[in-house]
Amino acid sequence: MSGEATKTIDPKVLWGGGRSPFSVSYGKMMMWFFLVSDALTFSGLLAAYGYVRHSYTGAWPIGEEVFHAFPFMGTTHLPLLYVAMMTFILIVSSVTMVLAVEAGHRMDKRGVIKWLGLTILGGFVFVGSQAWEWYHFIHGSAGYVVTAEGDKAWLTTDISGKSVSEVADFALIFNRGTENERQVSGAEAINIYNNKLQHVQGANMTVNEYGPPQYANFFFFITGFHGFHVFTGVIINILIFLNVIRGTYDSRGHFEMVEKTGLYWHFVDLVWVFVFTFFYLI
Amino acid sequence: MLRDDLFVNDSYSVEARHDEEHGKVVRKKIVFVTVLLTIVTLVEVLLGVFVKQGTELWPVIKWLFIAMTLVKAGYIVAVFMHLGDERKSLRYLILIPYALFILLLLYITITESNYLNMLWSTYF
Repeated sequence: MSGEATKTIDPKVLWGGGRSPFSVSYGKMMMWFFLVSDALTFSGLLAAYGYVRHSYTGAWPIGEEVFHAFPFMGTTHLPLLYVAMMTFILIVSSVTMVLAVEAGHRMDKRGVIKWLGLTILGGFVFVGSQAWEWYHFIHGSAGYVVTAEGDKAWLTTDISGKSVSEVADFALIFNRGTENERQVSGAEAINIYNNKLQHVQGANMTVNEYGPPQYANFFFFITGFHGFHVFTGVIINILIFLNVIRGTYDSRGHFEMVEKTGLYWHFVDLVWVFVFTFFYLI
Repeated sequence: MLRDDLFVNDSYSVEARHDEEHGKVVRKKIVFVTVLLTIVTLVEVLLGVFVKQGTELWPVIKWLFIAMTLVKAGYIVAVFMHLGDERKSLRYLILIPYALFILLLLYITITESNYLNMLWSTYF
């Protein structure tokens, strides 16, 4: 019975207190715990999206058909290209961040300043890109009208800011994308338009031209929540950046704060990888 | 089995300092992961653009998307967040509770949404 007690154990093997059993600092461990809880939040959002989409019996919008615009390219059909560019920007800013962390471990202050500065720049570009995407999503295209009979008729041209009679070749398409597709133009189309119940263009919280209202709601919530994380990440990065310039971490003797904000920044990139797949691709 | 507390890799503890040599190794790894992430993203976008939903190939592509996403996520967590260089105990402390919660959540949402879909398409 006394076997265990009499056996001598090298004290170096045992954890005897005084340092973290995981060999990480308190702050880094808490950052990891926060990231786990935040990851659960995002997983919850994406799972809820999947739940609603999977239980929905009608047609659900397809990413490449909704997101095909690019700034300064007008109506050119470029499916997913803009989102792909945003994804790439975030990956690159993640790379510059990990290079900043790497420079911090070598106590290379100038390297940290350079790479962290580029990371902040990438963050701003991403947030700006998302703002443009939101603007485009909300503004929408020509949209459709709900006729007095309750049918859906798609406009062939964007009439925003004009009245229908001013638009040349004003036409409406019924049963778009089906075998019974038919186009109505001229005075008849204008008459249908003037007696419409509703003209749905772009997206808001109750109705959108892309699909069921939950689609736009999830778009706003998921990409908005992620965008908020990116924005917070940029703010934290700027604070750390100012501390690096002031030499706070030189006198502290280590750049672990850069590593901790780096963990958060990589997490934001990680979330986007999943949002990109489950919201835009699938 | 290697005793993790005996063979410690403490390259990312607060006291750790990397020399130029170690920096080179780390940077090489970073470049590799960058190239990998870029290529996988590019493949994903091309498949998304050229394979239409609802075609025969689509289910395969869908699972391929999920697999590629998990590969990307794995590299980001293991290399960029260098969880792969932390102690094994910390690694499991982070990953196992998360994985358990998510698997349960996925199980619940998939079965329930399947049921709802069946219900609605049958009775409405």
